[in-house]
Amino acid sequence: MSTIQKIDRRDFVKLFGLASGGIILGCSVAADSKDFIPSAHITGFNPNLFIHLQKNGNIILIASRSEMGQGIRTSLASAIAEELEADWQYISVEQAIGHEKYGNQNTDGSRSVRTRLEPMRKMGATAKMMLITVAAKKWNIATTACKAANHFVINTITNEQIFFGDLAADAAKLPIPKEKNIQLKKVKDFKFIGKNLKSIDLKDFTHGTATYGIDVRIPNMKFAAITRCPVTFGTVKTFNKDKAGKVAGVEAIFEMPRLLPPTGKFFGMLGGVAVIANNTWAAFQGKIALNIEWNKGVNENFDSEEFKKTLTKRVQKIGKLVPGIRGNVNTAFDASAKTIEATYHVPFLAHAPMEVPNATAWFKGDKIEVWAPVQDPQTARSELAHFFEIPIENITVNVTFLGGGFGRKSKSDFVVEAVAISKKINAPVQVVWTREDDIQNSFYHATSAQYLKGSLDRQGKVTGWLQRVGFPSIVSSFKPLSEYGSGFELNQGFTNNPYAIENFRLENVKAEANLRIGWMRSVVHIHSAFGINSFVDELAFAAQKDPVQFHLDLLGKDRIIEGKSKFPFNSKRFKNVLTTTAKTANWGEKLPKGHGLGIAVHYSFYSYIATVVEVSVLDKKVKVENIWTTIDCGLALNKDNIKNQLEGAAIFGMSLALYGKISAKEGAITQNNFYDYQMTRMKDAPKIHINIVDAMHEPPTGVGEPGVPVIAPAICNAIFNATGERVRSLPLSELGMV
Amino acid sequence: MDINLSINGKLHAVQVQEDMPLLWVIRDIIGLTGTKFGCGVSQCGACSVLIDGKLTKSCGIPVSDAIEKDIFTIEGNSENLEFLRQAWTDGNVPQCGYCQSGQLIAATSLLDLIEKPTDKDIDEAMSANICRCGTYTRIKKGIHTAVKLKNETK
Repeated sequence: MSTIQKIDRRDFVKLFGLASGGIILGCSVAADSKDFIPSAHITGFNPNLFIHLQKNGNIILIASRSEMGQGIRTSLASAIAEELEADWQYISVEQAIGHEKYGNQNTDGSRSVRTRLEPMRKMGATAKMMLITVAAKKWNIATTACKAANHFVINTITNEQIFFGDLAADAAKLPIPKEKNIQLKKVKDFKFIGKNLKSIDLKDFTHGTATYGIDVRIPNMKFAAITRCPVTFGTVKTFNKDKAGKVAGVEAIFEMPRLLPPTGKFFGMLGGVAVIANNTWAAFQGKIALNIEWNKGVNENFDSEEFKKTLTKRVQKIGKLVPGIRGNVNTAFDASAKTIEATYHVPFLAHAPMEVPNATAWFKGDKIEVWAPVQDPQTARSELAHFFEIPIENITVNVTFLGGGFGRKSKSDFVVEAVAISKKINAPVQVVWTREDDIQNSFYHATSAQYLKGSLDRQGKVTGWLQRVGFPSIVSSFKPLSEYGSGFELNQGFTNNPYAIENFRLENVKAEANLRIGWMRSVVHIHSAFGINSFVDELAFAAQKDPVQFHLDLLGKDRIIEGKSKFPFNSKRFKNVLTTTAKTANWGEKLPKGHGLGIAVHYSFYSYIATVVEVSVLDKKVKVENIWTTIDCGLALNKDNIKNQLEGAAIFGMSLALYGKISAKEGAITQNNFYDYQMTRMKDAPKIHINIVDAMHEPPTGVGEPGVPVIAPAICNAIFNATGERVRSLPLSELGMV
Repeated sequence: MDINLSINGKLHAVQVQEDMPLLWVIRDIIGLTGTKFGCGVSQCGACSVLIDGKLTKSCGIPVSDAIEKDIFTIEGNSENLEFLRQAWTDGNVPQCGYCQSGQLIAATSLLDLIEKPTDKDIDEAMSANICRCGTYTRIKKGIHTAVKLKNETK
């Protein structure tokens, strides 16, 4: 665990520009080493969480994680308020710049609360203890005769009380109490944790005053748009700027080189032709008027439909064995009463956050300042130091609000673009992607094909399980020519399959990347959960068993896997979300004609989640009527926020199940905008019922992502239940079902 | 050309191309950034404003069509918008918040037209606005809450 330290006021002022006396505490949190982090981050003691109690009583928390709608600013603040016994009104949150002092700031992997809750609580408790010590001295009583409540320290003998702010200056002179003397509150005494807290940013969100990246305005800034090659990694052969140059407001047009990242880290930028103008619209118009001839390069013949066929073929044949084999599947298949096989497919997907990628940059010769909606400001900063050869300490990355991230904004190519343009034009500039740019030049969620074969004995018990999967790896974006899934990808639902099946074999087939591949909310879990849950449903039907009972039987005896980890897998908790969801959805009761229920259960980001979906199918058109989700995410920090996240995850999962498909022809993406890359809308939105398991004594686990992967398989299983038709290839729109 | 625009009751004199979409005049020329860019093709509703009370996607109309009309944006104030803001707060509606300017303007327009909208009215009126975070359940509830809040103050 991290050490809590007092931070020198002068250093703090230097770092944050926040002047005022009082206590400033900092502590460091180590990164989650199991997760994949593309860039090197500094190790050793770097306080990366800060709170500042000022003399006026205000408490400022420095949020080192990016806010993209997951509510982290509020969640972190509530942990401090809880242990400090603060009045919520006095708490405010400042967004941290990108700096290695904050440790790993990469906001992904649903890990912010998981890694930061405990240190935040300890800092709050430390500050409280220091305030009590000062007050006890003033009253000349024992600290045990004092308590803190609602921003005051109270003398329990005389009922006198002193305001936190009035104690701050003296408290700052005290040494930090020893960690072993710090006592955290008991679950039953919580006032903030586990309750329903509203977002700390609601006023700005409802008045249009929250500053997202695209809202940054710097005096005399220019606006820029870039046309990038429609084929991944293609380059400019020639271009004619005559027509574009005549667009009113356009001031400059030039070629942007491709900046190739060094192997193993960073994102670089694609290059293309940049149009600089005095407003965004003019830059967009200039882009349309450009006449560019491309060297399309190695990916020019890429066709995603052909690739789907190729992957589908490959998964029918033996692939590379993935460790974790048990027994012998072939023997099991030969000896079985029945075998079932099926092939599943999920297309490429784009994140499409409502705020398109954008960044504002000012290259000032020896310094760079950036304002951007980035999930990973440190990688952005390191990238800039690398590509522009400026010492990293001279680079400031200011993190704005993110208008959605979903993984897209952890890739900082758009930041590199803004800096490259600012350097060239010697002025501050904002680069804005059009929606078409966002859809057509993204880092895509990988398409996948998977083949499953299972065997049943005469009692309908599963005796063998073979799963073969192929998908272009995210690693290909860092190490070109990576053609197999990496460990962190395969461990997302595939190798950590919890079912107790005697004969078990996993294989991975080759899948080359012809687009930039990147992680998107829930990542590989999306296809893992789709394949496994769809196939379990098929096996259950073949065994003539109820799917819920069938999942329970597959789990076998209650057990704990990865016992040494802080977050061991507990099959009891997995079973519990399954049965709880089934119960809340009235699983097994008779439904109206044309309606069907489907279930899916999955373990991701250390959380257990099960979803039941009710669909109605009329004239082959599917409507999602109800979604019931139960999550066990350990300690539920902010319940209303968790509900909001899971409601949103249900809609996100629906979008990919119903409409999600990015395809490529002759290397270029064929979708353009929201009219052909569609999203779930209000009229499609079902009734969503969220249930959070009371597990307040368990450590907190992921919330932002786990709600997504279960949705598509639950929908497809519900369609089968309603119609007897299996959907094995997403999305439904391709099958004329929406 | 020289154009006078009335936004939230305030006059703005701007010099712009007459075919520039109103969205970009509001954001880049006048500097009111609460109205958002989402798609540029009237598909997502992030840029919604009211023009003479009529719900309009500001990315889809040239500024010349807004001359001598009253433009209302998220930075403005109206009775229905205030109740909606309160309801959005009570229901903790936003996640990332980006689309909510447009959602609130579209909801304002709905309440301006229909005093007590049904779920079906809401589905029809609000389906032009995309929320990628997926806050539809809360938006729908928020509109009903705003109606309730308004009735309670009567």
